Amino acid sequence: MKKLQLDHHHSQVKYLSYFVGFILSIATTLLAYFFVVNELWPKEALVYIVMGIAVVQLVVQLVFFLHLGRGNRWKVITFAFAILIILIVVVGSLWIMQNLDYNMMTMSPEEMNQYMSENEGI
Amino acid sequence: MTRAEEEVAIHEKKALGFWIYLMTDCVLFATLFATFAVLRNATAGGPGGPELFDLPFVLIETMILLTSSFTIGMALLASLRGLKKQTFVWLFVTFALGVVFLSMELYEFMVLIGEGHGPQQSAFLSAYFTLVATHGIHIAIGLLWMSIVIVRLWRHNFKKTDVNRLALLGLFWHFLDVIWIFIFSFVYLIGGMA
Repeated sequence: MKKLQLDHHHSQVKYLSYFVGFILSIATTLLAYFFVVNELWPKEALVYIVMGIAVVQLVVQLVFFLHLGRGNRWKVITFAFAILIILIVVVGSLWIMQNLDYNMMTMSPEEMNQYMSENEGI
Repeated sequence: MTRAEEEVAIHEKKALGFWIYLMTDCVLFATLFATFAVLRNATAGGPGGPELFDLPFVLIETMILLTSSFTIGMALLASLRGLKKQTFVWLFVTFALGVVFLSMELYEFMVLIGEGHGPQQSAFLSAYFTLVATHGIHIAIGLLWMSIVIVRLWRHNFKKTDVNRLALLGLFWHFLDVIWIFIFSFVYLIGGMA
């Protein structure tokens, strides 16, 4: 009998976790949407605000829907590793491409074609 | 170890394996996000995000997917408590929401392509279609999987292994919801700013 009550209590917590996660997700989505539609801030600031809200919602869904941190410890370790790889791929790509853009900015498309046919063999 | 404990241990191993697959899928999406971020201004003289995206339409899509993520959680909790009828109701609701989401996405693609803004128009649109359609294919596979789980639960009367399958499907569906939140924020909201 005691075990049954324990199980019951456990499932109540789980229901609560899904409700809280659902409401927080809806709230953060609407918040980001209304900030963008009503242009409450200049664009540069808005980009960072929307990114911040997306990360908040990521954490909300990880905790309340995917239950990260409960159960197997390897879930957290593999997740941390995936985040590392994702940051290297995304930040690295943007960094390299921006640098390339910056270095070639002074050339017109015609000059760039000429440069590539003379020096890169393209 | 008793037979029951053994089964729990096997399921734990499968769940971890599936989780690692999800993490590699995250890396796949990261490469597509990086490509989109690099090519976001490469419109080749064609229209960019602000002219193309219909934000209220995408907000509805987001809400639908978010709700389906919640309902599949409800289905899983109902199945763990042995509430069979409730499980099927929640699963059918989830399936219907998934179909509506996918139809809306296909409609959006058809409108864009119909207006001549297909993936061949610019590097920006190529990256956009690749990223969003990859998510859409995941949703389609998730729906196929969900229909198999529904049939199996019904035919085998909630066998333990089928309930475990539903738990993994739930993980997959929540994961797709997380990916969509990033598509919504980065592609549509940030990419759609004038």
